[in-house]
Amino acid sequence: MKTLVWVEHDSGAIKDATLSAVTAAAKLGEVHMLVAGSGVGAVGEAAAKIAGVGKVHVADDAAFDHVLPEAIAPLVVDLMGHHDAFVAPATANGKNIAPRVAALLDVMQISDILSVEGDNTFTRPIYAGNAIATVKSSDSKLVITVRGTAFEKAAREGGSGAVEAVSGSGENAGSSFVGAEISKSERPELTSAKIIVSGGRALQNSENFHSIIEPLADKLGAGVGASRAAVDAGYVPNDYQVGQTGKIVAPEVYIAVGISGAIQHLAGMKDSKTIIAINKDEDAPIFQVADIGLVGDLFKIVPELTEKL
Amino acid sequence: VPVKRVIDYNVKPRVKMDGTGVDLANVKMSMNPFDEISVEEAIRLKEKGVATEIVAVSIGVAKAQETLRTALAMGADRAILVQTDDEVEPLAVAKILKAIVDEEQPGLVILGKQAIDDDSNQTGQMLAALTGRPQGTFANKLEVAGDAATVTREVDGGLETVKLALPAIITTDLRLNEPRYASLPNIMKAKSKPLANKTPADYGVDTATRLQTLKVSEPPKRSAGIKVADVDELVAKLKNMGVAA
Repeated sequence: MKTLVWVEHDSGAIKDATLSAVTAAAKLGEVHMLVAGSGVGAVGEAAAKIAGVGKVHVADDAAFDHVLPEAIAPLVVDLMGHHDAFVAPATANGKNIAPRVAALLDVMQISDILSVEGDNTFTRPIYAGNAIATVKSSDSKLVITVRGTAFEKAAREGGSGAVEAVSGSGENAGSSFVGAEISKSERPELTSAKIIVSGGRALQNSENFHSIIEPLADKLGAGVGASRAAVDAGYVPNDYQVGQTGKIVAPEVYIAVGISGAIQHLAGMKDSKTIIAINKDEDAPIFQVADIGLVGDLFKIVPELTEKL
Repeated sequence: VPVKRVIDYNVKPRVKMDGTGVDLANVKMSMNPFDEISVEEAIRLKEKGVATEIVAVSIGVAKAQETLRTALAMGADRAILVQTDDEVEPLAVAKILKAIVDEEQPGLVILGKQAIDDDSNQTGQMLAALTGRPQGTFANKLEVAGDAATVTREVDGGLETVKLALPAIITTDLRLNEPRYASLPNIMKAKSKPLANKTPADYGVDTATRLQTLKVSEPPKRSAGIKVADVDELVAKLKNMGVAA
C-alpha cells in the first residue's frame, strides 16, 4: 500500500505531529509525503530526510499558503490517483482538510486513530475517550487522521527520499485568508512537551494564572495548559485548552492545578505517563486518575513547590 | 442547522459487556453541545436581520424529534427529521444534508464541529466538499456582510481569520456563543411549529456503513495513585522521577 502523508510545517520547520503520522503510515506500507505552500523547497528537503520516507511531493505555489482546504483538497485528490491512503496528523489543519478529501473521494474518513491493527483495521477513541472502537474500512482508499500522542515520532534524519515537484491547479472554492493571531511562547509546544503544568478555574483570574502556574512551568521547563473553565473565563487564550475539544496531550508528567477533572478534560490528558493533581477538594474526580495527589490550597502549595524545586 | 441527539455530556458512558457498543438504554440524551451553539448562532443572525429563516435538521431515530423540538423552542422556524433506525456515518449524513441544501438553498449551513459521541469532526467538511462550497471550521466568531462571511477560526497556535463567499458551510467551536435556554412559553409554541418527516430514501441516499465496528472496548484503566501529605514529599517524588534536579 502506498500512503501519502500530509506534512504539517510552520515557518520552515516540520512539526512533530507529522513525524507521528509517518510512523502510523509506515505500518501500512510505502510512505510518500506532500509538502504544500510557497517557498517550501527546504521543507521538502527536510521531509526527504525523515527515516523511512520514499518520495516527497512538493507543491510550491502561493495558492497553497495558509492551508486553505478548498485549495489543498483538490491537490490531494489528484495525488490520490496513485496512492492508496492519505494520512494526516489530527491537528487543526489535518482535521480541516482530511474529511474534505474523503468526501471528494467518496470514502469515509477514520478520525484520530490510536493504532493500526491491519491493512484496513484501526482503533480510535469515541465518547471522549471513554470507549475504544476497533473499525474496519471497506473503502477502496483510506483517509486517516492520526493521534500524535499514540505513535512514536519517526527520526528526522536517516531517510533519503526523492523530491519531486507537483503542480496543482490551486483551484479554490471561494475562500481567502485574512489574517492570523498566533500566540507567541518561549515555552515548549503543548502537544510535544515532556512536562505540562495545567491550571483550572480555581486560579480565579489571569494574574494568578500567570504568577502561580507559569513560574512552576518555567522551573520545570514545562509547557502550560489549561482547562476549558480557565479558557472560558479568559485567564489564558484558547489554544492552551487541553481536552476533548482542545488539545490531546500525553506528556511524561502532567501537573493539574485547581482542575476538578471533568470527563471532557480527562479526554485530553489521561494518557499522560504520570499525573499529579493539586486540589483542595479531596473528592475531585481528578484524584481518581492521579498517580500522585496533594490535597490543599494551591495558592500556598504551588509557590512553595516552585521555590523548593 | 443540522442537530444531533447524543448521550448527555455529563453522563459517563458505559461500554457493553459484549463489546458491541456503548450502552444507551435508559441513558439521558440531549442535543449535542456544539449543535446548540450552531442553533444559537443562527438565531442571532436572524435577530440581526441577516438570516430570514432557520431550518433545523436531524437524522436518526424517531426520538430525534425531541432534539428538533428543542431547536424550535430556542428559535428555529421549522424542522426536518430524516428518520432511520440505522447508524448513519458522517459521509451519509453529509450526502443527506447536501440533498436538503440543494432543495432549500440556504445561504449558510451551520454545524457543530463534532458530535461528542463519535468524536469524528467530519460532517461539515464533507458537506462543504460535496456542495463545492467554502468551509469555515472551528469558528469562534462569525460575521456576515453582503455576499461574504468572515470567520475567525480556532487553530493550533491561536486564531486565524478567513473570508468565505456565500453560500458557505460553518462549523462551530465552543467559544462562538453562549446558547440560550428555551423558555416554557417557547417550548409550548415549538409544538405547533412545522416538522417534516422524511427518510434517507426520499433523498436517494444509501446509508450502508463503510466502516464496520468490530469491537468497542473499555480504555485501559489507570491504577489508583497515592496521596502525599505535603510539598516536601511531592518534591521528593519529583526528584525521584528525575523531573526535578
